[in-house]
Amino acid sequence: MADFTNGFWDIYIAALTLLGIIGCGILLYSQSKVKVVKTDAGKIDTTGHVWDEDLTELNTPMPRWWMWLFYITIVFALAYLFLYPGLGSYAGKLGWKSSGQYQTELAKADAEYGPLFAKYQKQDLKTVAADPQAHAIGERLFLTYCAQCHGSDARGNKGFPNLTDKDWLFGGAPETIQETILHGRVGAMPPMGAAVGGDKEVEAVAHYVLSLSDSTHDPIKSVFGKEKFGACMACHGADAKGNQTLGAPNLTDKIWLFGGSVETIKETINKGRTTTMPAFADFLGEAKVHVLAAYVWSLSNNPAEVAAPAAVPADPPVAAEK
Amino acid sequence: MNAPQEQVIKMYAAREEIYPREIAGRYARLRWLFVWLTQLAFYCTPWLQWNGRQALLFDLGTRKFYIFGLVLWPQDFIYLALLLIISAYLLFLATAIAGRVWCGFACPQTVYTEIFLWIERKIEGKRSARIALDRQPASLHKFGKKSAKHAAWLAVALWTGFTFVGYFTPIKSLMGEVVTLSFGPWEWFWVLFYAFATYGNAGWMREQVCKYMCPYARFQSSMFDRDTLIITYDSARGEPRAPLSKNGNGNHGSCIDCSLCVQVCPTGIDIRNGLQYECIGCASCIDACNTVMDKTGQARGLVRYSTERAMDEHLTPTEIRRRTTRTRVKIYSAVLGLIVLATCSALYLRKPLKLDVIRDRGSMGREVEDGMIENVYRLQIMNTSEQAHVYKISAGGLDTLSVADADTVRVAATETRGYPLRLRVAHGAGHTGSNKINISLTAVDDPSLHVQESAVFIVPR
Repeated sequence: MADFTNGFWDIYIAALTLLGIIGCGILLYSQSKVKVVKTDAGKIDTTGHVWDEDLTELNTPMPRWWMWLFYITIVFALAYLFLYPGLGSYAGKLGWKSSGQYQTELAKADAEYGPLFAKYQKQDLKTVAADPQAHAIGERLFLTYCAQCHGSDARGNKGFPNLTDKDWLFGGAPETIQETILHGRVGAMPPMGAAVGGDKEVEAVAHYVLSLSDSTHDPIKSVFGKEKFGACMACHGADAKGNQTLGAPNLTDKIWLFGGSVETIKETINKGRTTTMPAFADFLGEAKVHVLAAYVWSLSNNPAEVAAPAAVPADPPVAAEK
Repeated sequence: MNAPQEQVIKMYAAREEIYPREIAGRYARLRWLFVWLTQLAFYCTPWLQWNGRQALLFDLGTRKFYIFGLVLWPQDFIYLALLLIISAYLLFLATAIAGRVWCGFACPQTVYTEIFLWIERKIEGKRSARIALDRQPASLHKFGKKSAKHAAWLAVALWTGFTFVGYFTPIKSLMGEVVTLSFGPWEWFWVLFYAFATYGNAGWMREQVCKYMCPYARFQSSMFDRDTLIITYDSARGEPRAPLSKNGNGNHGSCIDCSLCVQVCPTGIDIRNGLQYECIGCASCIDACNTVMDKTGQARGLVRYSTERAMDEHLTPTEIRRRTTRTRVKIYSAVLGLIVLATCSALYLRKPLKLDVIRDRGSMGREVEDGMIENVYRLQIMNTSEQAHVYKISAGGLDTLSVADADTVRVAATETRGYPLRLRVAHGAGHTGSNKINISLTAVDDPSLHVQESAVFIVPR
C-alpha cells in the first residue's frame, strides 16, 4: 500500500475506521435511553414521540441481550483490528499474512504427503510403477502438469510425442524418462532443404523416408531420394533408425511426431523443427517427478512383469465380454 | 397539574422470567404426543441400518447422502431444494388452515422447551415453588437444585448434540469415540455447538427465540386471513369478568379472572387482549380455561380455536370447517401436490449412473494410423448405486464413429471414475469442424441402466 500512496492515507483510513466503530458505540449508548417529558402523573409507556398532535409511539423495548450483542460486535471489531491487519498499514499483533497462510498450508501439505513421496523416492522406479497408489498419484500429477501437451490419454498431439507406444526420441528406460522430466529436452532438426538440394530433391527424400516405414510412396522418387539421404544420416543414422542421444527419431516406423504425409515431411526437411520439453525439477521437485516418471514408464510397459503378481494395479478397465 | 418533568425511559428491557404453569388437557396431551414422535424419530433414526451401513447418513466428507435405498450425490442437490420447498408449502398450508400449529406443537424450539420445562418441574417443583426458589437468597439448597437442573439440561443437550453429529458421521463409530473421547476437531465442535444451542435455546432463551429470533414468526401473518383458525377469547361471552364470588348476581360474563390462562402461557401474554404476535398457538390457555369452566360448571370454549370471521359473524363449527376449503387453501394444496408429484416422479425416474463428457483440453483432433481422425475425451463416470457395474461405452451420430481399444469399463460401487476415451472416424467422414455426436453408457448386467450425453467430434482441416 505504502508503495503507491503516501503515509497520510494510512492514517486517514485507520482514523475513519476507528471513528466509525466508536461512533456506532456512542450511537448505541445514546439511543438505549431517552428522556421524555412526563406529561401527567400517569405511567409513561411511550417513547415520547408525538406526531399529528396526538399520535404517540408505544415503547415496546427490544430485549437487552440484543443490545449486548451489538456491544459484543464492537468489542470483536476492535479486537480483530488489533490482532489482524485491517487498520491502514498496521500489520496486526499476530503478524498474519495471506502469503504466510499459503506457506503454512504448503508446509502442512508437505508434512502430510512428504513421507509418502519420500517412501517412493527410495524405491526403484519399476517398483513404484507397480504400486497402485503411486499409479493413482502419478495419473493425477500427469493430468495436472502433462496433459496440456501430451493429452489426458498421454497419446500426444502434433509435435508432442505419444507416451504410450514403445517409440522414444530420447530413450524409454525409466531413468531416462525421469531425466527427461527433471531437466527437459530440446529436439532440434535444422533446415535441410539447401543441403539436400532443391524442391525436387526434397520431395524425393520425403518419398524415400516414407518408403523406409513401408508407407505409401512413389517408388521412382524414392530411389532418387535414397541418393540424397546422405545428408540426413549424421543424425538419423545410415539405417535411419534414429539416434536417442540426439533425440533424432527413428524413421523406419510409422510413428510421426509432426505427421506422415509427403507435404508435412517436406516441410520438416525444408524448415527444420525445434521442440522443447520444459524442465520440471525446480517446479515439481525430485520426489514428485520420481512418481511421475514411474507412471509414464508404466504407460508403455507392464509393471506387473517386474513386480510380484499381487501388486497388479487393482481394477483395470475390463476389456472382456465383447 | 404539575409542571412538565423529564424522565428517562429505557429502550432495551431485561428479560422477565416466565414460569409457565403446568396444565393437563387435550392439547397438552397432543403436544406430548408430538414430543414423543419427533424425539423418537430424531434419536432413533441414526441407529437404523441398511445394506450394511447407516440407513440415514449425510456423509459430507465423501459428499454422499445415504437415505435408505437412495444415494444422493452433490449433483442431486435439486432434491434438497425440492424438499425444502415441500416443507415450506406444508408449513404455509398448515398455517393458512390452522394458524401456528407448527409453532405450538412440532417446532424443535417448542419441543425442547417442553422437555426442559419437564426437567425443571421435576427438580425445582411447580410454578409457585420455582418462583419462590428464585426469590430466595443464595443458599446451598438453592445451589444444589440449580446445579442439578443445569446438569440434567446439559446431559440432554449433549446427547442431542451427539445424535445430531450422528447424522453426518457414522453414529456407531462415534459411540466408540465417546468412550475414549477421541472425537475429531469438527466432531467436537458440532457436538458442543449443537449441545450449546439446545441448552441455550430451550433452557435460557425460550420465548425470546419465538419473539425476537424466529424468521417464521415474522412472516407467518401473511398466511393468515379472516378464516384462519386462531386461539381466541370469546370476549362477548367472557366480559365483564369478575371473580367467582361475585358471579352469582348474573350481570357478569363467564370469565372469573382467575388468570390461569396467563400463568400457563409460555410467552407470557394474556390471550384476553386479543391475538398477539407473541402467541405461538400452543393452546395451553384453552386447556387451562376449559379446566376452570368445568370446575365452575360452565360450558367449555371461552378460550377456543376459532376464526376472526367466526367471532364477528357467529359461525357454527361446521361453517368454520366449510370455510377451510377456500381459494387460498386450494392454491396452496394444488401447488404442494404438483411439487410432491414432480419430486416423486423425478426420484423414481432417477438413474444411479451419471456421465460427464469432457473433451480433451490439449488437442482438437489428430490423425492416426490409416488416416483415421481421433478425438480424445475424458469420461467422468459416476456409479451412484451400491453395486459395482461394468458399462459398455458406445458412440453414435457420425458415420464410422467407433471406440478405440476397450469399450467396457468397470466402476466400483459409489465410485467416480475418470476414463480416457478415444473415438475415431475414417478419413472423410463428417465435415471439417465440429460434428455433433453422442456418447452413451449401458450397464452390461442391466440394459435399463443407460445414460447418454452429447459431445462434439472435431475433424481438423
